[in-house]
Amino acid sequence: MRLPCPYCGERDAQEFVYRGDAALQRPPADIATNAADMFDYVYLRENPAGPIREHWYHAQGCRNWIVVTRDTSSHAIEGAVLAKAADR
Amino acid sequence: MQRYSILSVLANAFGGHRGWTPAWRDAAPADGYDVVIVGGGGHGLATAYYLARVHGITRVAVLEKGWIGGGNAGRNTTIIRSNYLLPGNEPFYEWSMKLWEGLEQELNYNAMVSQRGVLNLYHSDAQRDAYARRGNGMRLHGVDAELLDRDAVRKMAPFLNFDSARFPIQGGLLQRRGGTARHDAVNWGYARAASALGVDIVQNCEVTGFIRDAQGAAVGLETTRGLIRAGKIGLAVAGNSSRVAALAGMRLPIESHVLQAFVSEGLKPVIPGVITFGAGHFYISQSDKGGLVFGGDIDGYNSYAQRGNMPVVEDVCEGGMALMPMIGRARLLRSWGGIMDMSMDGSPIIDRTPVEGLYLNAGWCYGGFKATPASGWCFAHLLATDRPHETAAAYRLDRFATGHVIDEKGQGAQPNLH
Repeated sequence: MRLPCPYCGERDAQEFVYRGDAALQRPPADIATNAADMFDYVYLRENPAGPIREHWYHAQGCRNWIVVTRDTSSHAIEGAVLAKAADR
Repeated sequence: MQRYSILSVLANAFGGHRGWTPAWRDAAPADGYDVVIVGGGGHGLATAYYLARVHGITRVAVLEKGWIGGGNAGRNTTIIRSNYLLPGNEPFYEWSMKLWEGLEQELNYNAMVSQRGVLNLYHSDAQRDAYARRGNGMRLHGVDAELLDRDAVRKMAPFLNFDSARFPIQGGLLQRRGGTARHDAVNWGYARAASALGVDIVQNCEVTGFIRDAQGAAVGLETTRGLIRAGKIGLAVAGNSSRVAALAGMRLPIESHVLQAFVSEGLKPVIPGVITFGAGHFYISQSDKGGLVFGGDIDGYNSYAQRGNMPVVEDVCEGGMALMPMIGRARLLRSWGGIMDMSMDGSPIIDRTPVEGLYLNAGWCYGGFKATPASGWCFAHLLATDRPHETAAAYRLDRFATGHVIDEKGQGAQPNLH
């Protein structure tokens, strides 16, 4: 599997560290009022069979976090953008 | 059910083997059942069997979208063991080991359970301490464990690389009662025994939705072979747990990941039991047919593809070469991938769900095969009595919210690290 890093071009997936679903949004840090939201963020996943937007870190390259759109059923990759430029 | 024995084998040998009948009934779905199990793998079939045999519930169906045993039950590395550390895990896996020990007599089926030993090697002082602690934990639960030194390991497995300067083998933790079993035979044995007790095994029947009543309880299933009413519904669908749960509007603390495994050409007996490399993730055993069966880490990214990528193949082979250089002379026969339901703490879930009537058996990560008998036993207990079995009481779905996680590796909520 090769990932199209927007900065470095197409590179072997081995150069990247996988983080997972990019849709997750960390709730405000106040755990006292946000326990349920924090549980949701830390533990629950959509885990789709099909297209997913996910975070990869180009640890052995440009060290950018990128958002890759990939099909989990086929490993086909649609594209990638820098995480800081991605729509949230 | 035709009972198997040495006499039936001899009689059929003289009769040209024309007297054998199908081992189990390929049923068409009825309109309704007391319990419907979704997933015709080892866990689902074992659940159905114990529901009928232990709890007397025989209006049971097992729905399988493909053929039984075609998922992870046919894609594992067949290892059985009960060498866990944590109190939430160890009694459950030991119960599974006890069921393995009586399985073939219980089912009247040769599952080729072979207690040839599981040896976990250690390569540093810290790792020895960790294994000593684990072994002590096991023995406190009445499970056999022996800490071997380097000479004892050399006696058992002289072919290991004892000259490695980087990862010197200092010894190992041995569970002699661990070993391997024939994965397909486990499925077929449970299917045959369940079918004989009246359980309907329905293949090519994919669940497409749940029928809910006015209160929101699950009272039946929509399938590709029609509507099926159910008193209770149990999910045992491994890597597809999130997809099926989503049909009931649930999100689970699970990610699906691909795990690869490998088998070499057939060789004369050379590996005495199961051996794991402590300095990397590599484990190996030899099947009765002679193939070296080995594997390592999951690929590390979400996947439903049932195939992996080359970096992990390379990583596994490097682990093999570091541990036993002789493996370089064997040719790889085939490799495959299975989809693991990786939970957020690396431990399974056997519990009721927030949806009334819907029960969950999931999160087996890559430890599902050894758990097959106890998973079935405990899930059947839960479905029949609405109370968790005493050995599976810690496998709650709400433990992630309450903080009672069972994290053997201490990795936190990062499924690809468990």
